[in-house]
Amino acid sequence: MSAEKTAALWDDGTSSRRLADALSEVEISASDFRGETTLIVPVDALLDVMAFLRDDPECSYDFLTDVTAVHWPADAEPFEVVYHLYSFERNTRLRVKTRLGPEPKLPSVVELWPGANWLERECYDMFGVTFEGHPDLRRILMPDDFEGWPLRKEFPLKC
Amino acid sequence: MSEPVYRLPPDEDSERITINMGPSHPATHGVLRLVLELDGEVVRSCKPDLGYLHRGFEKIAENKTWQQFMTWTDRMDYLAPISNNTAYALAVEKLLGIEVPRRCKDLRVILCEMARISAHLLWLGTHALDLGAMTVFFYTFQQREYLYDLFEKLTGARLTTSTIRIGGMARDASAEWLGEVGQWNKQIVKIYDECEGLLTRNRIWVDRTRDIGVMSAEDAIAMSLSGPVLRASGVEWDLRRAQPYLSYPDYDFEIPVGTVGDTYDRYLVRIEEMRQSSRIIEQALASIPDGPINADAPKVVLPPKEKVLTSMEDLIHHFIILTEGIHPPEGEVYHAIEAPKGELGFYIVSDGAPSAYRCRIRAGAFVNLQSVERMALGHMVADVVAIIGSLDPVMGEVDR
Repeated sequence: MSAEKTAALWDDGTSSRRLADALSEVEISASDFRGETTLIVPVDALLDVMAFLRDDPECSYDFLTDVTAVHWPADAEPFEVVYHLYSFERNTRLRVKTRLGPEPKLPSVVELWPGANWLERECYDMFGVTFEGHPDLRRILMPDDFEGWPLRKEFPLKC
Repeated sequence: MSEPVYRLPPDEDSERITINMGPSHPATHGVLRLVLELDGEVVRSCKPDLGYLHRGFEKIAENKTWQQFMTWTDRMDYLAPISNNTAYALAVEKLLGIEVPRRCKDLRVILCEMARISAHLLWLGTHALDLGAMTVFFYTFQQREYLYDLFEKLTGARLTTSTIRIGGMARDASAEWLGEVGQWNKQIVKIYDECEGLLTRNRIWVDRTRDIGVMSAEDAIAMSLSGPVLRASGVEWDLRRAQPYLSYPDYDFEIPVGTVGDTYDRYLVRIEEMRQSSRIIEQALASIPDGPINADAPKVVLPPKEKVLTSMEDLIHHFIILTEGIHPPEGEVYHAIEAPKGELGFYIVSDGAPSAYRCRIRAGAFVNLQSVERMALGHMVADVVAIIGSLDPVMGEVDR
């Protein structure tokens, strides 16, 4: 699909504009690659931003597609938690990212989107990212007594 | 979210028992394990336990080249391997910024819809079998046999087809093969009617499925459900229409939706989806053009074998692609398709290396399955079988 076509399916900057108006004290940076819009949000403002994105009528991101993380071991803030949102009304997607330190901890979004439950559990299971306020944060795919976080970069392929 | 409806008033004094359903239970379609807390025969809590088929695909993706990982995607939703191949290929193609030729797009559409029919046929046969309607199983499995013969003829494999490549296809389809698909597609339409004749107005079937595992549209959206499960709740949302990919915008098809969001609606939606898939195949077969099958991207797509032996440049490309692999630009993309189980998305982070830095698989079956905790509440144990069947989980995709 051509670049112009895909661009229409992602947020056109409305969200970052609306966020800048409503939550002006929060430092949000936006980036764009292959027509996909990414917002990078500081972790202490994450819940406010997510609630705003869901409830603001011009954003209306009512569907949480995915929660995952990326591990960048060389960085000072090695964990990046990535949310993919979708708006039924506007038919656009939006990616929201936040950076976390070596002891990754951030608030859970289960209150906003109940579907985040298993997605956050998987993220915890694979990366050891703690979602505070999650109702049932335990391993989901690995056995309960498993040690280590399989998708961290230092975890070997064979063990 | 609304509170689940209990069939019996809560009784704190009643004795409760906890039982295991699965991981080896014929009605859990693989290795799903449910820990059920029962009050008599009524389910008071349902805790799924996953991971019996976890193979760590996301880790494997970081250790295989971009092309090598294609074969692993087959083993996710192994009932529709071509859908998985296509989803992955489209995500990597988006990262690379290449577009495949029209013939390849149409062929992928035909194969994806055949995969959808194949997956839905298995769902229908086993779902009906779970609820005691055995005849349907024979109809659907006969049809799947024909389908697998067609897949084998094109790809050389029945189950793990791996026929899609980044930037194209492993091989082109012959006119003869396309003709056979057309013939198969004509005869299967009456099978839908036969299966419906056995079930849709069957008193036992309706009693077993109506008002079982109801999910309202608001709850379905809140629970991040997608695919037929979401549409059965009345949300008209199909990625083939909402965020079209390949050549889907050029075909006429309808998006079936339910009204109540119960097991019966999910059944009706999937049956109608198969009819619409046949419609799409028919249109695609009629309009598929001749032409190249692979994108014009020599650094990504393997050159034809005869050129490798005669042209210096193609020999170099062949050698580099096979030894080093391809080098996409740095960046991250998300691309999702409407797979038979729901939204199947790949979130790919590339650091320019020949393998993915991170390859996240957003599996529809995994996210959909968490609604079983809610749907089962207040129903009888036997209804849990109906609910699992209607969610159509494939543990290969749930556990990855």
